[in-house]
Amino acid sequence: MLNFALPETPALATLRTLAAERILILDGAMGTMIQTLGLSEDDFTGHGHIHGPGCRHHYHPDHPQQGNNDLLVLTQPKAVEDIQYTFAIAGADILETNTFSATTIAQADYGMEEAVHDLNVAGAQVARRAADRATAEDGKPRFVAGAVGPTNRTASISPDVNDPGYRAVSFDDLRAAYGQQMDGLIEGGSDLILIETIFDTLNAKAAIFAAFEAFTRAGKRLPIMISGTITDASGRTLSGQTPTAFWHSVAHARPFTVGLNCALGAEAMRPHMAEVAGVATSLTCAYPNAGLPNAFGAYDETPDQTAAQVEEFARDGIVNVVGGCCGTTPDHIRAIADSVAPFAPRAVAGKVAA
Amino acid sequence: MTERYLRLSGLEPFVLTPDIPFVNVGERTNVTGSARFRKLIVNRDYAAALEVARDQVENGAQIIDVNMDEGLIDSKQAMIEFLNLIASEPDIARVPIMIDSSKWEVIEAGLQCVQGKPVVNSISLKEGEDAFRHHAGLCLAYGAAVVVMAFDEEGQADTCARKTEICARAYRILIEEMGFPPEDIIFDPNIFAVATGIDEHDNYGVDFIEATRWIRQNLPHAHVSGGVSNLSFSFRGNEPVREAMHAVFLYHAIQAGMDMGIVNAGQLAVYDQIDPELREACEDVVLNRTPKSGTATENLLELAERFKGDKREEKVRDLTWRTWTVEKRLEHALVNGITEFIEDDTEEARVAADRPLHVIEGPLMAGMNVVGDLFGAGKMFLPQVVKSARVMKQAVAVLLPYMEEEKRQNGGDGREAAGKILMATVKGDVHDIGKNIVGVVLACNNYEIVDLGVMVQPQKVLEVAREENVDVIGLSGLITPSLDEMVHLASEMEREGFDIPLLIGGATTSKVHTAVKIAPRYTKGQTVYVTDASRAVGVVGALLSPTQKLDYVAAIQAEYTDVAEKHERGERAKNRLPIAAARANALTLDWDAYAPVAPSFTGTRTVDEWDLAEIARYIDWTPFFQTWEMRGVYPKILDDERQGEAARALFADAQAMLKQIISERWFTPCAVVGFWPANAVGDDIRLFTGDDRSEKLATLHSLRQQTSKRRDRPNLALSDFVAPMGRGADHVGGFVVTAGPEEIDIAERLDKANDNYGSILVKALADRFAEAMAEMLHERVRREFWGYARDEAFDPSALIGEPYNGIRPAPGYPAQPDHTEKRTLFSLLDAEAATGVTLTESMAMWPGSSVSGLYIGHPESYYFGVGKVERDQVADYAARKGMDMDEAERWLAPVLNYIPTATSRNAAA
Repeated sequence: MLNFALPETPALATLRTLAAERILILDGAMGTMIQTLGLSEDDFTGHGHIHGPGCRHHYHPDHPQQGNNDLLVLTQPKAVEDIQYTFAIAGADILETNTFSATTIAQADYGMEEAVHDLNVAGAQVARRAADRATAEDGKPRFVAGAVGPTNRTASISPDVNDPGYRAVSFDDLRAAYGQQMDGLIEGGSDLILIETIFDTLNAKAAIFAAFEAFTRAGKRLPIMISGTITDASGRTLSGQTPTAFWHSVAHARPFTVGLNCALGAEAMRPHMAEVAGVATSLTCAYPNAGLPNAFGAYDETPDQTAAQVEEFARDGIVNVVGGCCGTTPDHIRAIADSVAPFAPRAVAGKVAA
Repeated sequence: MTERYLRLSGLEPFVLTPDIPFVNVGERTNVTGSARFRKLIVNRDYAAALEVARDQVENGAQIIDVNMDEGLIDSKQAMIEFLNLIASEPDIARVPIMIDSSKWEVIEAGLQCVQGKPVVNSISLKEGEDAFRHHAGLCLAYGAAVVVMAFDEEGQADTCARKTEICARAYRILIEEMGFPPEDIIFDPNIFAVATGIDEHDNYGVDFIEATRWIRQNLPHAHVSGGVSNLSFSFRGNEPVREAMHAVFLYHAIQAGMDMGIVNAGQLAVYDQIDPELREACEDVVLNRTPKSGTATENLLELAERFKGDKREEKVRDLTWRTWTVEKRLEHALVNGITEFIEDDTEEARVAADRPLHVIEGPLMAGMNVVGDLFGAGKMFLPQVVKSARVMKQAVAVLLPYMEEEKRQNGGDGREAAGKILMATVKGDVHDIGKNIVGVVLACNNYEIVDLGVMVQPQKVLEVAREENVDVIGLSGLITPSLDEMVHLASEMEREGFDIPLLIGGATTSKVHTAVKIAPRYTKGQTVYVTDASRAVGVVGALLSPTQKLDYVAAIQAEYTDVAEKHERGERAKNRLPIAAARANALTLDWDAYAPVAPSFTGTRTVDEWDLAEIARYIDWTPFFQTWEMRGVYPKILDDERQGEAARALFADAQAMLKQIISERWFTPCAVVGFWPANAVGDDIRLFTGDDRSEKLATLHSLRQQTSKRRDRPNLALSDFVAPMGRGADHVGGFVVTAGPEEIDIAERLDKANDNYGSILVKALADRFAEAMAEMLHERVRREFWGYARDEAFDPSALIGEPYNGIRPAPGYPAQPDHTEKRTLFSLLDAEAATGVTLTESMAMWPGSSVSGLYIGHPESYYFGVGKVERDQVADYAARKGMDMDEAERWLAPVLNYIPTATSRNAAA
């Protein structure tokens, strides 16, 4: 039986206090930072030595691991920690774990399903270390957000145009996979659960359900951050929802924040973020890409350019938490933190009348 | 502060605000509520089942109830499959789903398939508090609102006391123990059948209504819903009475606070429009009142017999829309084409608005935008859109005096249109139904239309375009010479330095002709061929959009270049025969075996006694629907899955007008018919003054197919069907029929009364009358005037298939593409004097609802198309007609298989 009357965590109280004072800063992009390291297959596999906190993991030579960024929390933990630490020093209050694809469903592409629990525990631990290092240095509290990605399957869209009723993944498949991931993230010391880059709301609803179950198992309720993605100019998610419809679908999570990330950059995100801010009864969070990738897949927007656009979000009073997605570096986060500092956080007009 | 409103979603959000007094939950995707849907699901016809869902969303259901509780099927699997399919249909999935089952496992399976926030229907205390808490907890975890039935361990609540007690208990558990959002709770206090003859049931209506009132007053933010059709269960089979009962019940329950219900909106009487006696009886039953005599049930049962056969006159409207805000009422009236209340509603909106203009720019334009969107998405059909325009016009007419007044007072600005479009039917052409439809559709989309009418001189088009500073010119034409007029106008636009887009439309126009002949003449602006009215908005929108225009024009140019090249390649590839070779392959009929019948008279006869009702029997309705851009064959189109409803509505309107046309004798039909001794001479048909065939009366010229034919197919000309000189005493006939000039005045009058719909309808019907007259006259010719088939007896509807002998080819049409042959025909018949029909300079007949043609009687004659002709035949034809080569080429331009300018025109110049 699910328990909806679990105690809140102390971290939430601190977060609430801070969020009432200022706009909080979420970190930037892990994936594009890792790309710049130019890691080889050997680097990814740790020369074949993939050790979890408890055991050694084997990968099949048919499944090259290069590009499996989540694996680096086991094989290159220091590199990941250093990136997160740099973001924290640049001004991030909340650090995301490097676990975007650490579910059995997403790891199936790499044949690393059995490593999922360790990836999440280690992912949270690495981020925790980075956060604690930064706090030791400047005294500011840091929070670890256990990142839960969308997986590479959609629960409400058929991958087969000729069979619209077909689903490549079920709600229960997702619920189980997310539950396993969240158990690891909580065990590793996450302060929040961040369900992000949601392109299919049904996936997110499975994640929310899994979070309720994971919290019941853990005996505590972590704050949840929910972040959707508007993928095209029509202003809808990939699965076709408008921002308001999306909010209605996820409001039952009673999230700490709801918002948008990734996709087309801050400029294109703005009207949709304003819509979310207009209806949400929770805090809001926006972390756009540094614009759109160029022909070579790199992001050209400079820290000042991104920060100038995110500053507009703050000026308009539509955000409580801001950060960066693909292409944002520690310099971007520093510029964003500086640019929003003068502005008050969004007032939660959306408090439900009793 | 955000109010505690019920907030649901599909792809789009739905918020139950106080502005919405009643939410209609669609029940047609409920196997227990719809026999048709059950059959589709049992047969796994999911495609048709989806159409049912789509229909009810299109018909305004704000939430759709999906129920698969059917013993013959795996309900859980059916729920999953159907909801997954709905998820792939954006126009259905946009509304929230109500997942309806008596089995929790079916509900949970459904909850796992919807990305929006749904409603669970239902949970209850039937199995005790633990199960109730468990189900409610899962609703919280899945993120669903919930219908709670007034049902506990002891059974379903029937009295008001039991209903309120159970609801209060459920509410307490949900709110106090579970933290359930109160606005997400919808109570269903059970609607039971009344007037069953069992006294205990008599108060069920009152029990529900009173429980509703109590819930809304005592359980904050919670809602009340119910399945209304249960109420009238004892009157199954008597729809008029059931509908009246439902309407009466809802009227009172909504006032008590019922704000949601599972109702078939198409089967609801309007409270105010129920027969007073029936309404009184229903009210007695629903409210359990004691009537003056007898019992409420007995009285209704007795009355029921009387109302049983009552057919609904029109599609009954939703009871509730009159209670909506004035904005929503205006939108509803526009979308549904209801003029009944428009003046009052517009006046109400005007009084509330700062300025009359704001009513147009606000609610009216918002409503028309909905119409535009629905039309663009193929969810509304032309006749419906035109009706919407009628509503709009009448609303604007209410506001106009106030706007004028305001203008006078302060020189206020007019309303800003999306663009100004000049529309005209080109010189020499009188056909304007299609043009008017396009105009209406564009006007619906906020374009200002400057309509110059028919037979507009090119200079006038350009003058007005300049004076009015229009953004687009749209040209229409139906007869083939209009094609050349359009080319001419395009050249004039080029010469005078225009650069605005030029739209081309009408029955004989085509993409190929536009690409090959018109667009190249006008290089400063873009010429675009518009297939039908439904495309016009998209085309104009793209052409006037600063962001889309360049890409759109580039795409059109690329397409037209491609079309032109393909056309040229295709034409080169076609093997044409020299005219001599074509003649050598003429059709040879066995004239020795044919004894032509002499007509009952020669010369002409006027036929002016027509029975309008009789003509109507001969109407072929299929082209009537085509006029309205509805493709399909009558009568099948009336039952068409997609457009049947719109077709039926249009047909009903047409029938109503037809009745008026007949009873009020709107038209004065007239015809002239003539027969003359005739023989073929080469490719011509020579007519003689008398039976001795010595004195020539006139010559009818015909053109011969020049395409290279396969095997033994002949190269036809009309003259092949007439006995050659010396091979028989053959005859040829001719006719002109007209429905009369009245349609023009009637249409104008309707236009002035802001009834475009009626105006287009009367013109379309006048056209049908003319065609029907031609059919009817032809029959009379075969049976009586010419009399070669005196025993022929076909039903009028069978004539559409042309089962009879003989043809009536019309000059200007495929078998004889030369319109100027009409001159000969008209002078032979003295048609203008006999019928009042005149020919324009382009050889169009005025009034437009007129038909002319020849009669050829040979049993083996048939319709064919001449196709493209070569220079050798045109030179020969011009010589035969005594026409300049130049002039012949101009009239035959659409069928020339060569470019005349290169040699002949220059040579002539």
